[in-house]
Amino acid sequence: MNLTLKIWRQEDAKSPGKMVTYPISNIEGHMSFLEMMDILNDELIEKGEEPVAFDHDCREGICGMCSMYINGEAHGPDRRVTTCQLHMRMFKDGETIHIEPFRANSFPVLKDLMVDRGAFDRIQQAGGYISVNTSGNTQDANSLPIPKADADLAMDAATCIGCGACVATCKNSSAMLFVSAKVSQYALLPQGRVEAKDRVLNMVNQMDIEGFGNCTNTGACEVECPKGISLDNIARMNRELIKAKA
Amino acid sequence: MSTLDSKVPEGPLKDKWTTYKDKIDLVNPANKRKIDIIVIGTGLAGGSASATLAEQGYNVKAFCYQDSPRRAHSIAAQGGINAAKNYQGDGDSNYRLFYDTVKGGDYRSREANVYRLAEVSGNIIDQCVAQGVPFARDYGGLLDNRSFGGVLVSRTFYAKGQTGQQLLLGAYSAMNRQIARGKIEMYNRHEMLDIVKVDGKARGIIARNLITGELERHSAHAVVIASGGYGNLYFLSTNAMGSNVTAAWKTHKKGAFFANPCFTQIHPTCIPRSGDYQSKLTLMSESLRNDGRIWVPAKLEDVMAIREGKKKPTDLSEDERDYYLERRYPAFGNLVPRDVASRAAKERCDAGYGVNKTGEAVYLDFKSAIERYGKEQAKIHNEKDASAQRIYDLGKDIVEAKYGNLFQMYEKIVDEDPYKTPMMIYPATHYTMGGLWVDYNLMTTVEGCYAIGEANFSDHGANRLGASALMQGLADGYFVLPYTIGDYLSDDIRTGRIPTDTDAFEEAENSVKTTLDKLINTGGTKAVDYFHKKLGNIIWNKVGMSRNEAGLKEAIAEIQELRADFWKNVRVPGGTHEVNRELEKAGRVADFLELGELFAQDALTREESCGGHFREESVEIDGPQKGEAKRDDENFTFVSAWEYKGNPSESQLHKEELKYENIELKQRSYK
Ligand SMILES: Cc1cc2nc3c(=O)[nH]c(=O)nc-3n(C[C@H](O)[C@H](O)[C@H](O)COP(=O)(O)OP(=O)(O)OC[C@H]3O[C@@H](n4cnc5c(N)ncnc54)[C@H](O)[C@@H]3O)c2cc1C
Ligand code: SF4
Ligand code: FES
Repeated sequence: MNLTLKIWRQEDAKSPGKMVTYPISNIEGHMSFLEMMDILNDELIEKGEEPVAFDHDCREGICGMCSMYINGEAHGPDRRVTTCQLHMRMFKDGETIHIEPFRANSFPVLKDLMVDRGAFDRIQQAGGYISVNTSGNTQDANSLPIPKADADLAMDAATCIGCGACVATCKNSSAMLFVSAKVSQYALLPQGRVEAKDRVLNMVNQMDIEGFGNCTNTGACEVECPKGISLDNIARMNRELIKAKA
Repeated sequence: MSTLDSKVPEGPLKDKWTTYKDKIDLVNPANKRKIDIIVIGTGLAGGSASATLAEQGYNVKAFCYQDSPRRAHSIAAQGGINAAKNYQGDGDSNYRLFYDTVKGGDYRSREANVYRLAEVSGNIIDQCVAQGVPFARDYGGLLDNRSFGGVLVSRTFYAKGQTGQQLLLGAYSAMNRQIARGKIEMYNRHEMLDIVKVDGKARGIIARNLITGELERHSAHAVVIASGGYGNLYFLSTNAMGSNVTAAWKTHKKGAFFANPCFTQIHPTCIPRSGDYQSKLTLMSESLRNDGRIWVPAKLEDVMAIREGKKKPTDLSEDERDYYLERRYPAFGNLVPRDVASRAAKERCDAGYGVNKTGEAVYLDFKSAIERYGKEQAKIHNEKDASAQRIYDLGKDIVEAKYGNLFQMYEKIVDEDPYKTPMMIYPATHYTMGGLWVDYNLMTTVEGCYAIGEANFSDHGANRLGASALMQGLADGYFVLPYTIGDYLSDDIRTGRIPTDTDAFEEAENSVKTTLDKLINTGGTKAVDYFHKKLGNIIWNKVGMSRNEAGLKEAIAEIQELRADFWKNVRVPGGTHEVNRELEKAGRVADFLELGELFAQDALTREESCGGHFREESVEIDGPQKGEAKRDDENFTFVSAWEYKGNPSESQLHKEELKYENIELKQRSYK
């Protein structure tokens, strides 16, 4: 395959950026998208140019580090995958591919395709935990049976990888899907119920402080979420909020 | 040898840890506030340690190179975590978990450490559940278990195929609570590039801010290395792209002995390489071997026909297939341990029977399992005359319920439907048992510097059992280090803040700066990956699944040459004071190029086969075990601990003799 890449290049957080065109050839369908980027970068280095900076680590769809906006979609055209799991067989010979960073006011661009998602960490720090110390004499794990259905739903919510695709996709840059996934995980479990009220209030408050937009139920986040986090979680978080404010 | 004191407490095995804990010096809560601890890494080991130390009242500074602690490589672990809870009532106990781990490690680990690991394993599960980790449960609402890695009990706790993710998010949440309280200062996107010693004690680090490129000095009363394993030495591995040895290696160069570097685990079931552009390998969980049968064609002409696309694997009849594990190991069959399965795959592929373009792949076939489950289901549903198609459909449903997510992952990568055609698999580097040498307290040979998790060498001997790395990481971080470090720090309550405007910090910073400048200014022409791939090739071919004296000597010479070439011809674009991914990679590869030599040297010195380390010269000559690995207990029942002497070639070997007082040493047999 021969392709034309149009990639966002930006020196650092302060500089303005622009799209730059790079032709690339001999790409195989079995390559992953990031392997294609590796090839481009090696070519740039050999020519004495600066390689494109992008975030990635596990390259198997679990760390949530990779974050490209490809042809107008977070993590590109395939469904239920992250950019690192996207394969070049999804593209056609001769195609032009637009590659941009995840865009949101709360995710400032650091360089090229790298963004700062520190806001997500700060939301978690505001309440995404159960207050239990490590002591070695916690109660026995099986002393608290949890219905399988609840445990399974909690697990589904807990699979969020914190990638930020939901925010990048949302026209309001809302972080509701991300925040609700964590709130839901705990809402479905008996542990940590005593602090449920503070948790949801503090996390939502932090979300607002970080400048994420409001949710207007367009549902785009659910479509683009690589882990299939469901909108039901947003509904559950809203119920938690109402309870907390009551 | 005199320099190595493992500090294992006296007394019977079962009482050592409890008695020791009772007598350990404690730091009172008011004094803990005066003590700073640096933790390098936020995986299961570093994350759990940071959270626990902060809960206890110490001031923790935690570092990771990713943009968030939640992204550490532990996130990728799939299968599960062991604990001797005996919830299944199948006779499990601390002793049995201890025994399995020592035996699995081919009798090259330290008894007292392993027993302590088994002892605290149950606490880990309690702690994680209290944090809200959503482990799999049965219909009664109790925790479910699966069996793993050929042991005789069911003791593996899991959260779908994402156990590592859920455990790490648990530790991350505990960290977040302490970050919010100001007890942990988190440094994301920071890489430790050197350790600083003051009067012989670890007192700080030099870290590079990966956004601004600035070098920073950080001081503390103790430094904990939890930076993970060094499997990326092979270039291709199942590790995350950024996994590296730098933190451990820099510490080694400042006096910490490096133990058993050549003990690596090559996992038998990974998706094979598809081309030279390949950047990493993906694991297919070991659990697949419970139901998949491994084979290659029996005849070379069929191999050729398959490679040329003239035949499909499904065209071959039963007698045209060689189920080589079942043939060679009738007792264990497809369930032989990881190292044995990996070597057998290599043996067939080396003989020319590999089934893909690269000649490095064997089949993992679920046809029999689908049929077996289908027939079973037809019986259960009382369908006496079920058609072959019906049986297939029923069986497929069962296989899908068990392994659906893995099959889907396979299909996304390979673009073939593994229900219809057998999967292709090949071994890949997965885990490193070697690491920084530590004593019973998890302290390295540098005073005040600790190593935990995959970064240390301690518990897995020459081969790690499935689902026990997660257990070890959390045991070290939640339950062991927080006790043992107090004993050391109790002497430091009057020390006060460690200043960073001293000669020791100045020197360390300057030396880091010199190295970075040198990397930027070599004026070469080749990208870092060029060297990393070359190194990987040498290591994979000569210090991989099977090793011999001649090959190891060649490897050492080739690595020395490659290292010299690297420092002349590498090209690192950009500068030091900016985001510079190539510079980060270059620094890591420079360290791998040194470790690689020690790795080969260690393999050369260990003239026995044990666990994942197979020396071709050390095999059974005859009898029923002919051709199998031969351990040499008389001469090699020791831990190799290497001391750095200015150059990897001059490293000095120290031996920690291993004593087995509670277990009888036996040769492994899977025939
Ligand atoms: C695909 C896969 C599946 C696995 N499945 C299982 C399983 O099912 N069960 C099991 O028990 N084990 C499994 N393992 C093994 C297990 O996951 C690891 O051994 C374990 O998670 C290692 O944890 P750790 O905390 O020691 O290190 P890691 O999780 O690797 O964390 C290392 C940390 O150190 C940081 N770091 C590294 N270098 C530096 C530096 N120079 N400066 C600053 N920070 C640095 C990183 O940012 C990171 O935070 C699996 C491994 C792989 C690769
Ligand atoms: S909810 Fe989905 S899209 Fe959003 S951060 Fe989590 S995994 Fe990513
Ligand atoms: S690199 Fe980890 S999810 Fe893509």
